[in-house]
Amino acid sequence: MPETTMRAALNDALKLAMRDDPDVFVMGEDIAGGANAPGEDDAWGGVFQVTKGLVGEFGRERVIDTPISETAFLGMAIGAANTGLRPVVEIMFVEFFGVCFDQILNQASKFRYMYGAHAATPLTVRTTYGVGGLSAAQHSGTLYSLFAHIPGIKVVVPSNPYDAKGLLLASIADDDPVLFFEHKAMYDVVGDVPTEAYKIPLGKADVKRRGDDVTIIALGRMVRLAEQAANQAKAKGISCTIVDPRTISPLDETTILECVRETGRVVVVDEGHPRCGMASDIASIVAQKAFEDLKAPVSLVTPPHTPVPFASNLEALYVPTVEDVTAAILAVVNEQGNKREK
Amino acid sequence: MALSNEKLVAAYSQMRLIRAFEDYLHEAAEENNIFGFAHLYAGAEACAVGVCYHLEQTPQDIVTSTHRAHGHFIAKGGDVVRLAHEIFGRRDGSGGGKGGTMHVADWAVGMHGGNGIIGASAPHALGAAFSAKFKKTGGVAVAFGGDGASNQGAVFEAMNFAKAYALPVVFVLEDNGYAESTHKTYTTAGDPVSRAAGFGIPATAVDGADFFAVIDAAGTAIERARTGGGPSFIHCDVPLFHAHFEGDQETYRADGEVAKLRADRDCLKNFRDRVIGEKLVAEAELDRIDESATQQAAAAIAAAKNAPQPPSDALYTDVYATY
Ligand SMILES: Cc1ncc(C[n+]2csc(CCOP(=O)(O)OP(=O)(O)O)c2C)c(N)n1
Ligand SMILES: [Mg+2]
Repeated sequence: MPETTMRAALNDALKLAMRDDPDVFVMGEDIAGGANAPGEDDAWGGVFQVTKGLVGEFGRERVIDTPISETAFLGMAIGAANTGLRPVVEIMFVEFFGVCFDQILNQASKFRYMYGAHAATPLTVRTTYGVGGLSAAQHSGTLYSLFAHIPGIKVVVPSNPYDAKGLLLASIADDDPVLFFEHKAMYDVVGDVPTEAYKIPLGKADVKRRGDDVTIIALGRMVRLAEQAANQAKAKGISCTIVDPRTISPLDETTILECVRETGRVVVVDEGHPRCGMASDIASIVAQKAFEDLKAPVSLVTPPHTPVPFASNLEALYVPTVEDVTAAILAVVNEQGNKREK
Repeated sequence: MALSNEKLVAAYSQMRLIRAFEDYLHEAAEENNIFGFAHLYAGAEACAVGVCYHLEQTPQDIVTSTHRAHGHFIAKGGDVVRLAHEIFGRRDGSGGGKGGTMHVADWAVGMHGGNGIIGASAPHALGAAFSAKFKKTGGVAVAFGGDGASNQGAVFEAMNFAKAYALPVVFVLEDNGYAESTHKTYTTAGDPVSRAAGFGIPATAVDGADFFAVIDAAGTAIERARTGGGPSFIHCDVPLFHAHFEGDQETYRADGEVAKLRADRDCLKNFRDRVIGEKLVAEAELDRIDESATQQAAAAIAAAKNAPQPPSDALYTDVYATY
């Protein structure tokens, strides 16, 4: 399997989906770029170049640069999805849902429930999240839990290029509205990715490794940190299971609980805000359904409950590190770690 | 409009300071200093300074800004040293280093902040105008926004409400032709002045590289707002001298486009030609300003480069006023 970046794996998935189904089109701000500008066409290919080259292959009928009018174009994609197309929309940064949230909160998520089973909204919305490159408070958030809170939409958080490709293809083929979260600091992460099309089912967690002592449940970019921390713990004789839920709605509770029961100790690692977030949600599920099997309180590794700061030292302090995860692993097995002063 | 030498000198100093400051910032970015998404204002100085020419540098008059905020910050009277520190993420920045380039603010001078969400700040100007009317301060609010932002629903809603309530607000559209890499002609229907006129808002278009055209239009609009005449709209056609953001390769530009803009549409050159020609300010005085503004900018950036970062506990402060 060729080594591929996250960016290229996503780009590949989009191309394959567009080749396979003429009803798939992509839409967003600067996803081609250069429209009517005097320089290059496809000048950007998206702010992170994930959609580069699409306009060359599929033309501007299917690759649509939009005005900065998120309510209009997200709503438009919903209407197009309701009438036989399969839109893939990009909301450049997750924060920009602030402009158009109604289209998710009250519209796409509820149509099927309110109008009946005929009312399909086969929509995929790609967006970016996470701390990276000093993007500051309005461009760095990890806000997927806001969407997982809402019944009627599916929420995907891939952690590596292989999953990203298979999950994006599954999302586009899915008949429900799907929100697809890409970490802005992960586009250059490489992994083995097959060239052909394949789908990874939504709602199926991936158990990255199995151990005896601690189950780490981690999301998105935090999966890598969990793997590194598990390696550090292994050097101290502690063996870890790592579960990557891959989708947070639906959430594969079965796999999570099965792994938790095997180890009895749980660390959840999430880059999202700690209150009402995925980490606390998973902890609550574990407490409700596997309490008898727990040998220690569930430990959560998240940022503090603050916006994302700009200054590089504060940004580094904000986001969870491998050491934070290692310290949490050691703490749940009652060993001393060097937890950072926070 | 009567033009005092003193006010012209002050305006030119600010414009030159913005230009010099961003030249140094651009250099610093090329030296691999990371500022997140830094959007340079250079090219549009006459717009910010020309509009703010008529505003008090106090909380009486409010400006709301955009992601491209450095120019508005300086034009409204913000301190360039605190600006530099903020952009470098330093403790002594205008936001303690926690905001960054897109979020520079100084409420003490009525600069209510850059904003990373396109179009979001226009309603805030509406609110500031409402406060001014409510409290009868005689204050005025100015909403700066780009051509891209002009397609955002929040901006239209703000314009409608402003007119319906006759609020003392001026909408200033800084039109550089681009929203990131996409040209306005691809995404924008109609023309800005008739859009505003559709709301019944008095609207004019000016060359934003011509300081004197800007102060005329802004003078009329701000006077209208101060005297209870409600909102106005000014379309400023401005050149963009740098990339959309620092680090962007500008592949959407034509070859030679920026060089031509710099040669033909430089508001500082235009200003110099006019005031020298009309003997309003002596050339030697302008040269002296160039030098001192350049030194001021260099000093601000040099100081910021080596200044302390915020202390660790700043991560947790100012989430709330009370806990
Ligand atoms: C709600 C929202 N959508 C998209 C963006 C991404 N974005 C940042 S700047 C920009 C272009 C803004 O164009 P314009 O208003 O013309 O301002 P300019 O950069 O030209 O000064 C876009 C699309 C954003 N920051 N906020
Ligand atoms: Mg613009």
